Amino acid sequence: MTTGARATPTDPTPAPTGSARRRVAAALQRRPRLRLGLLLAGPAGWLVIAYLGSLAVLFLNAGWSRDPFTGLVHREWTLANFGQLVTNPIYRTVALRTVGMAIAVTVTCALLSFPVAYYMARVASPRVRGLLVVAVLMPLWSSYLIKAYSWRQILSNDGVLNWALSPLGIHGPGLNEVGLWLVLTYLWLPYMILPVFAGLERIPTSLLEASADLGGRGLMTFRRVTLPLVFPALVAGSIFTFSLTLGDYIAPSLITTTQFIGNVILANFGVPNLPLAAALSLVPLVIVTIYLLIARRLGAFEAL
Amino acid sequence: MTSGALGRALLRIATGAVLFFMYAPLALVIIYAFSDTGTTAWPPTSLSLKWLEIAVANTGLRDAFLTSIAVALGATVIALLLGSLAALAVARHAFFGREVVSFVLIFPIALPGIVTGMALSTTFATIGLPLGVLAIIVGHATFCIVLVYNNVIARLRRTAASQEEASSDLGADSWQTFRFITLPALRSAMLAGALLAFALSFDEVIVTIFVAGGVKTLPIWIFQSFRLANQVSLVNVAGLVAILLSVIPVYIATRLTRDTGAIGRT
Repeated sequence: MTTGARATPTDPTPAPTGSARRRVAAALQRRPRLRLGLLLAGPAGWLVIAYLGSLAVLFLNAGWSRDPFTGLVHREWTLANFGQLVTNPIYRTVALRTVGMAIAVTVTCALLSFPVAYYMARVASPRVRGLLVVAVLMPLWSSYLIKAYSWRQILSNDGVLNWALSPLGIHGPGLNEVGLWLVLTYLWLPYMILPVFAGLERIPTSLLEASADLGGRGLMTFRRVTLPLVFPALVAGSIFTFSLTLGDYIAPSLITTTQFIGNVILANFGVPNLPLAAALSLVPLVIVTIYLLIARRLGAFEAL
Repeated sequence: MTSGALGRALLRIATGAVLFFMYAPLALVIIYAFSDTGTTAWPPTSLSLKWLEIAVANTGLRDAFLTSIAVALGATVIALLLGSLAALAVARHAFFGREVVSFVLIFPIALPGIVTGMALSTTFATIGLPLGVLAIIVGHATFCIVLVYNNVIARLRRTAASQEEASSDLGADSWQTFRFITLPALRSAMLAGALLAFALSFDEVIVTIFVAGGVKTLPIWIFQSFRLANQVSLVNVAGLVAILLSVIPVYIATRLTRDTGAIGRT
């Protein structure tokens, strides 16, 4: 590399300006590896130390134990906390409840997202499509907390939903698990619409025309051509709806009094029992990791 | 043909219904912010600017707002620097482990926030660093890096490396090439990434609660005020501010990156 550079006529015989900056710049020009190292040192260092390092410390803490009398944490690694997670039926119930909610929310989001994404990708004019993308993006980015808070107002007894439903003589779901299912569906819906829209947009029109030419009616084409092609995008969207539900503790505490994994972690966090909270937080970590591995097999990562 | 027209009409109605579902709760925040009574009772009896004045005079709310601004700016600066560097490294160099870099960058945002929050607060507790503003900035920066990275790398992939090669062929050193060729091409993508990072940091609460110690950001203030039954309108005013300060930056960012379309949350 250096010998090659030496042979080229651009190689400067003592730089005319000779300033320190020019010398550093020239040195970097000749050494792409050094340049790469300098570029990567900051971001890689940050992520390895601040993030992966923290995850390692979390794992370490999950094996420690807390003396119930002195309140001090014993820094001796055992599997006691994990044993407690498996044997204590309360934790099992909470984990199953949370996973059940994540599945319910994911399925509902998938069903709701489809007509919108299909309309955006296949029916709307390019101008309307652009507007709709922005219209879906804006709620996604507006404050998550205040959206959940707004739903607390909507679902409350004297709230707008019961007011709107009262002429029909029915009652809204109220502040309970059903209400939470509605709220979480609301919160994560844009995360599903956007990848499904992108997936539908990628399907070449010629494939749908070919199906129609071969006698596939609308529903047949949808089931046999569109759905299989958009499936990886659906899985990509489900990563968010699933993972976000699994780790949420704010919406559950705003809407219900029921305990989900997140609430139990928060309740044990800090003074009560940090090692147990650490072990508990590995539950969503493991579930999401398994989910990501399955999603990758289904081709979801290419659809992100 | 009629069945096609019917199908399109049904799709249009379904899309309208879902958009109503998405926007009604946001509209409600605005209405409650200007409702006179301050309770959730619907419909509001009269509208006024009363709660706006109360919000401005509330020192706790104002401090929380300023803390959020400071945190978001701090996290944005770190994310802007580290995200741009990582994008330049990945887009313009071939090296062993390049795929790993993009994967690790996405990790903090793909995993549930509660895991990140627990991991960071546990680490701070274990090595004896105090929780507070600095801890929040570290936490936010960690998952904001990927927003800048995505925008900058999308732009770099659309900007031919041949321009940079031409620059050095014409005798520019690597600093001059960066300063006069690369940076101008990246500027709007970097700004878009920074705006998204600001918006995400400004309304983040899941990780923040774990690392805040006693510090109150605007979302934490809102979270702790939601049980105050007679101050519903005050919380909605705060919520309106939170919505505007995330939606406006994101809207500008979508304008800035119409070529790359890199505004997801991943």
